[in-house]
Amino acid sequence: MISSLDRSRIFVLLLLAALALLPIVATIGGEEFYIGQFRRILIFAIAAISLDLILGYGGMVSLGHAAFLGAGAYVVAILVHHASEETRFLGFIPGTFEPLIAWPAAMLVSAALAFFIGLVSLRTSGVYFIMITLAFAQMVYYVFVSWRAYGGDDGLRFRGGDTLAGFIDLGNDVVFYYVVFAVLLGVLYLGQRLVKSRFGRVIEGCRENERRMRALGFPTYRYKLTAFTLAGAVAGLAGALFATQESYISPSIMHWTRSGDLIIMVILGGMGTLYGPLVGAVVFMLMEKFLPDYTQHWQIVFGPILVLIVLFARRGVFGWLLPARPGGGGHG
Amino acid sequence: MAEPLVEAPLLEARGLIKRFGGIVATDNLSLAVEPGEIHAVIGPNGAGKTTLIAQLSGELRSDAGTIRFAGEDVTDLPVYDRSRRGLARSFQITSVFRAFTALENVALALQAHDSHSFRFWKDASRDPALVEPARRMLEQVGLGARAEIAAAELAHGEQRQLEIAMALATGPRMLLLDEPMAGMGRDEAVRMTAFLRTLKQSETILLIEHDMDVVFALADRITVLVYGRAIASGTPAEIRVNQEVRQAYLGEDEHA
Ligand SMILES: Nc1ncnc2c1ncn2[C@@H]1O[C@H](COP(=O)(O)OP(=O)(O)OP(=O)(O)O)[C@@H](O)[C@H]1O
Ligand SMILES: [Mg+2]
Repeated sequence: MISSLDRSRIFVLLLLAALALLPIVATIGGEEFYIGQFRRILIFAIAAISLDLILGYGGMVSLGHAAFLGAGAYVVAILVHHASEETRFLGFIPGTFEPLIAWPAAMLVSAALAFFIGLVSLRTSGVYFIMITLAFAQMVYYVFVSWRAYGGDDGLRFRGGDTLAGFIDLGNDVVFYYVVFAVLLGVLYLGQRLVKSRFGRVIEGCRENERRMRALGFPTYRYKLTAFTLAGAVAGLAGALFATQESYISPSIMHWTRSGDLIIMVILGGMGTLYGPLVGAVVFMLMEKFLPDYTQHWQIVFGPILVLIVLFARRGVFGWLLPARPGGGGHG
Repeated sequence: MAEPLVEAPLLEARGLIKRFGGIVATDNLSLAVEPGEIHAVIGPNGAGKTTLIAQLSGELRSDAGTIRFAGEDVTDLPVYDRSRRGLARSFQITSVFRAFTALENVALALQAHDSHSFRFWKDASRDPALVEPARRMLEQVGLGARAEIAAAELAHGEQRQLEIAMALATGPRMLLLDEPMAGMGRDEAVRMTAFLRTLKQSETILLIEHDMDVVFALADRITVLVYGRAIASGTPAEIRVNQEVRQAYLGEDEHA
């Protein structure tokens, strides 16, 4: 048991070290292309980790998580857009180029959106919950598809908003990579504290046996809503980073298939492990990137791989490294 | 808050009705449990005993009737609210957190009644305010040596003990125990009976149990339920000689 704990710890350290060294190695090797590629992966990893909090720990199968990612991205895009046009959002909210304002604003808006969606969705459970979160996310998606002021279907391209705190140049690939990496580490650390805290215990208890939780005296709805809101905020932060990286945003970021991708990353890497979704994001996005080079029909290959993982490693790639957990489904 | 009158029942249900489609599972049932007593509810399978517990604990809404607990009307309160006021239940079908260790199960039950759980920073598994009393509670029910074992891996009888330990850990004013000995082996059942006897000194208990020896040994009062109706209520001695009960439930065929 101790050895497998150590094994997972070593694996995590190696992975994080590799990610920390990646820009240096890529630069030396003349493969700078990988820096942007992996930065994108890390951004989606942050979103996947936030989903793991509610999906893996809380047992809430939300098929609408991309809505929070998208909302965060649009907040940044809209603020920068108004700053460069020197206009105001809804006629009274001024834009900004400063990520230190835009990113927290994105988190706030995504948190508020998650709060309201959660308020309704968390009244249901099981399949209904999946369908309701999906329906809400599609509603948000269509709002942006039809919002002509911000490009509608075509999306919104913007310039600026890539100087952090007035002096950190996010236009520099390496610098921005390390900023994203730092955010990832922060999210992992805070996530780790949270899942081990009393609050985390309650969330896991709700996944295991919500009826029993209520009988014990927990008003479970409140705790689940809080977790859902927090996860939305972090997904919003990932969206903000994404918008800053791309200088372009379109509704496709919050298409429901994107929510599906995030779920796959979590399952692939290992639900309820925090680090698993990071692994899942890396594996998923690399496969998505490179499998098409081998075959056009890469999804035909990808599907069975996923099924095999779900069947034989129910806690995902990362779960292989962890001690088996009864009830939570061990490996093999 | 002033203590309620000593004479007042701790729990009082009046005119409870619960229908499931055509079935009347609880049929105009009234019941009072005095502080400090063990009040047994007996009745054949399907009599509505579990349904009654579900109504009292708040899991099921009654179609009619009122429930008062500790001097307050709790009829419309949700489950967690009743639990917070000191009404704890155990489940006929074991309901624990299977992936958690025995210790974590009890610690979570303790946490439920230790202020709120919007605490995001400190490691709950190292919180002495939870872990130490949880250990003591496990010792008390005889699971001390099994603290670190996942609930799913405990033997059935041990899970039943854990079930009780969790209910106790909420620091209840009253326990609703739904067949605590269901599916237990003989030795385990004997131990559980002894344990319930020690609980009797400190707790008020509504006990549902099929084993008549246990019921008559432990109960101060017995209510007999048949088809959702209380056909009799009284001391064990009164119930033993009650003609209606003998006919309807204890079975006159026993005289052979
Ligand atoms: N959720 C439900 N939906 C429909 N009918 C139900 C439901 N729960 C209980 N019943 C019915 O209500 C009646 C009472 O059931 P209940 O489980 O309360 O009996 P019980 O006295 O606890 O029986 P046992 O001794 O077998 O545990 C039964 O006829 C049962 O089929
Ligand atoms: Mg029953």
